[in-house]
Amino acid sequence: MKLKQVEGLLGTLQQFSNPKVELEQYPTGPHIASRLLYMAESTFGDISGKVVADFGCGCGTLGIASALLGAEHVISIDIDSQALEIASENAADLELDIDFICCDIKNLGWRGQLVNTVVMNPPFGTRKKGSDMGFLTIALKVASEAVYSLHKTTTRDHVKRTALRDCNAKSAEVLCELKFDVPQLYKFHKKKEVDIAVDLWRFVP
Amino acid sequence: MRLLTHNMLSCNIKGVSNGFPLRLEAEKWVEKEVELNADFLRGIFPKIEWKALAGAARALGYNELPDEADASMLDADDFLRRFHHALLELHVEEGALVCPETGRRFPINKGIPNMLLHEDEV
Repeated sequence: MKLKQVEGLLGTLQQFSNPKVELEQYPTGPHIASRLLYMAESTFGDISGKVVADFGCGCGTLGIASALLGAEHVISIDIDSQALEIASENAADLELDIDFICCDIKNLGWRGQLVNTVVMNPPFGTRKKGSDMGFLTIALKVASEAVYSLHKTTTRDHVKRTALRDCNAKSAEVLCELKFDVPQLYKFHKKKEVDIAVDLWRFVP
Repeated sequence: MRLLTHNMLSCNIKGVSNGFPLRLEAEKWVEKEVELNADFLRGIFPKIEWKALAGAARALGYNELPDEADASMLDADDFLRRFHHALLELHVEEGALVCPETGRRFPINKGIPNMLLHEDEV
């Protein structure tokens, strides 16, 4: 499937009807999501024929993009059952088989290392400090081959240190810098829409 | 929820030493055909807990998996088809996953297991 087709299909997905600020629920836009997955597949071969997990899937975008690009099995996890309902409808609309689990990422028990690749757009940790690094730490334990994640560009050094030093990742590489457009979702948002610079990372556990 | 997912989840309640496999109580399940990928099946076979898979398949009325399996069986198309069917084509829609140690039930609704822990379980 071509990049433009993936982006087009992701553009049809339903997003949060009632976003919860404490969970930092921001939709992952079709542009950013399609590029993340396309790069993971075309440059590194980390998606097609693999077991892929989407951590903090929200309305399901990254897991759905993984399934579109040929992942053999996708597990998408979120703490919010309302978001999962939307995600599950989104997957059904595109006739994709995705397994959803309602759980806090930090409390889920895993047996063995069956997940090849973790993809995620974690909370950036602006409301709850450290939540982004919490996601990363667990992703690097669960994935056997690669972790793709988005983090604010301003935290680049910290992300690298945490991955390499605290999580013993074999490598931590910024693949590209992207603009994450944050629409005016919450009351404390004063501007209509803002772009924040985010890094697309690839980590090898 | 596919049985592949069941094969990789364990109960993570504080104090539980062996939360795998979660006992599968299935009330409703469906079959969805999906293309067989022999390379994928051969690659994942060594990572599968066979007894847990065979037991979960039986809970869904699928009794075609042998009690034990080894890698040499992967050469047989018939075995691959059964393995594929159990692992990827059976989907639990309604039921529960039950912790083998504490008996705590994690309900499955509309195919989605609710593995959220209570505060005193973390």
